[in-house]
Amino acid sequence: MKVTCMVNGEERVADGVWAGESLLYVLRERLGLPGSKNACEQGECGSCTVYLDGLPVCSCLVAAGQAEGRVVVTVEGLSEGERLHPVQEAFVAAGAVQCGFCTPGLVVAAHDLLERDPDPSEADIREALAGNLCRCTGYEKIIEAVHVAARRRLPEGRREVG
Amino acid sequence: MGTGPGVLTDPVTTAVRGGVGDSPRRPDGTLKVTGEFAYSSDLWMDGMLWGLTLRSPHAHARVTRIETARALAVPGVFAVLTHEDVPGTNLYGLEIRDQPVLAADRVRYQGEPVALVAAEHPEAARRALDLVEVDFDPLPPVTDARESVHGTSPSLHPGGNVVRHVRIRHGDEHARADVVVTGDYEVGMQDQAFLGPESGLAVPSPDGGVDLYVATQWLHVDRDQVAAALGLAPELVRITLAGVGGAFGAREDLSIQVHACMLALRTRRAVKMVSSREESFFGHVHRHPARMRYEHGATRDGRLVYVKAETILDGGAYASSTPAVVTNAATLGAGPYDVPNVAIDCYGAYTNNPPCGAMRGFGAVQAAFAYESQMDRLAAVVGIDPVEIRIRNALTEGSRIATGQRVDSAAPVAELVRRVRDMPLPPSADGDLRAMPGGVANTTHGEGVRRGVGYAVGLKNVCFSAGFDDYSTARVVLEAVAGEPVVLVHTAAVEVGQGLVTLQAQIARTELGVARVTVATADTQVGGAGSTSASRQSYVTGGAVQAACRQVAEEVRRRAAERSGADPGALDLAGGKVVTRDGVPVADMADLLGDDRVERTVEWRHRPTSPIDPATGQGDAHVQLAFAAHRAVVDVDVELGLSSTGWCATRRSPTT
Ligand code: FES
Ligand code: FES
Repeated sequence: MKVTCMVNGEERVADGVWAGESLLYVLRERLGLPGSKNACEQGECGSCTVYLDGLPVCSCLVAAGQAEGRVVVTVEGLSEGERLHPVQEAFVAAGAVQCGFCTPGLVVAAHDLLERDPDPSEADIREALAGNLCRCTGYEKIIEAVHVAARRRLPEGRREVG
Repeated sequence: MGTGPGVLTDPVTTAVRGGVGDSPRRPDGTLKVTGEFAYSSDLWMDGMLWGLTLRSPHAHARVTRIETARALAVPGVFAVLTHEDVPGTNLYGLEIRDQPVLAADRVRYQGEPVALVAAEHPEAARRALDLVEVDFDPLPPVTDARESVHGTSPSLHPGGNVVRHVRIRHGDEHARADVVVTGDYEVGMQDQAFLGPESGLAVPSPDGGVDLYVATQWLHVDRDQVAAALGLAPELVRITLAGVGGAFGAREDLSIQVHACMLALRTRRAVKMVSSREESFFGHVHRHPARMRYEHGATRDGRLVYVKAETILDGGAYASSTPAVVTNAATLGAGPYDVPNVAIDCYGAYTNNPPCGAMRGFGAVQAAFAYESQMDRLAAVVGIDPVEIRIRNALTEGSRIATGQRVDSAAPVAELVRRVRDMPLPPSADGDLRAMPGGVANTTHGEGVRRGVGYAVGLKNVCFSAGFDDYSTARVVLEAVAGEPVVLVHTAAVEVGQGLVTLQAQIARTELGVARVTVATADTQVGGAGSTSASRQSYVTGGAVQAACRQVAEEVRRRAAERSGADPGALDLAGGKVVTRDGVPVADMADLLGDDRVERTVEWRHRPTSPIDPATGQGDAHVQLAFAAHRAVVDVDVELGLSSTGWCATRRSPTT
């Protein structure tokens, strides 16, 4: 079958898609966007997180056909040209990236959290990222990165000191 | 000095940024946050095929027939291979070559590879796998490692079921003590569960060889095993590291390496293999389950007199790194304590359980669970605080461990325990349900919740031990590009996320005073670097990079001295220039190099270790030891048995 959707602001067409393929497979293997990761392909790890019509989803659990006519944003679509999004920048700066396999999913999930709540508490961050597994970092630096990103995005007056 | 340009006369005092001691960013950080970093499962080539593996559903069985014709007939399928298609030796293994690439007449664990398929689409490959007919004649599985060690189970391998026995006898084997505590401990199997599944791309080359891009931990040992299985000369197997999504020991053994190469060589097409998560659990080794019986003897004031132990590690169907795991569990088995008398027998067994091998801190971790549980019991019997009993017995510099080896570098065990004890305790849940046992299931608002605090210390070896020829190789190239000195560092050392790529560049910047350093992708085109395991790469590959840089620096100083007439021994490299000890430039490195390049390749070794004595386990088996102390704080609802997420405080030495 043929699947047409908007991906990172561009209309993309995938041809010859087998009905059992996931959105993740189509992105990675047919549209040349391997940024979304395939750590479990069963909805457990969040490494494949993308926006579908503005909501974060596990793309491994979305059948390719369900994406027809919809809007997808992947980790590749978050930076503005050469400039990293503040969340991406904070992940590198805070040392929240080790092997990095969890990172694309976490970046999308953290991006979504800060869109909804620009100034989350630590408990809010832990809650929001609970669906994303990381085996390397122990999570502390990831939580720090989200704090750093939040501080950078907040208007001057609301920034915490330090 | 005849150095020419006036700009060279200002003293160069600032060290180049991003060197050792700085915290530069990971060079791969930006690629990883934008999704552009190429992991082994991201590789793609026009016309590539997908490879899949058929695995045994039985833990122990004879294979009586394999029929592939129906599978081969599936449209889109290009090859179906069995043990008969293994071109070289159908056995591989890290330390003992005992594991078939594809099972021939017997399978020894559930999940053992039996056949391979390559097809245009993963779904076609899956359908073909279903059509491979294999007749198994199930045999009773050996599941109890203790029976294997005691010789009461049928032999799974020609030499019997004991992979290794290490015997430690230190001091008086018959020592007695006023206070004695004993305990039986069991540690279950654990999995590393790295996030990036086993994967890689094999590409046949016109010379009859193969190029393999794969996530692994040890390129050269992969290459040697792959070459032997393929019946190819090692130089015809070129392995390049693809992006690694975590490793933790689970990538030290081969997974898809030989399989992908066999399919590529047979089909003459590039073949990609990616394990599913479920397959990944069958496709790599796990942490050895352990059964440990410990007896600790101490004086009435809690000073250790002896430790006796018997430890049985279940290695599963194939040896993998079981011999080394046994060595560590035995030699580190008394813990980071001063114990005058130690008697330990540690065994690694073959069973039909899943194969076990490397996982972070192997051997040391299992033993720590037993000896630390014992220390808590001992503290209770003696009537002192668990922290105090650890401090009272802590190993110090100059102490001897169970192998009789004297600790000849810092061993701040007591200090580490004090530091974790003195860290502030985490706040109580304070009404936020998310921090309560049971969470938002709203099972308690604090009633019935008790807080438990536990301490544990441990030690492990750094680098390979027991006489292993442990080395790494670094190739360092210095040249001028666009009027600027640049450095290339090339090793076969694997980056798994730990930050070795950052560190290699830091070392080169510091040694050569050059800001622009590129770390080449690791591959087998340079000498071996050993495994990314045993906490060794910063030490060994770091040492090799430093040594190669120093040879390059020596040549640069020699050239600068020749040109300027200065004494080469009185020159340094800093800020892209050759300078005197006072920082006065004598030459610009880019000028000095011109179109030439300085290249050095160095093999570097740490001080040698010795094998342990087979009868007593005594010997200087370890290069260096690392120590850790933990404090865990867990809130438990004692009525429901629910616990909150624990808090864990950690201190380590050396801090690496
Ligand atoms: S790959 Fe989709 S949740 Fe793990
Ligand atoms: S950085 Fe490796 S899994 Fe998160």
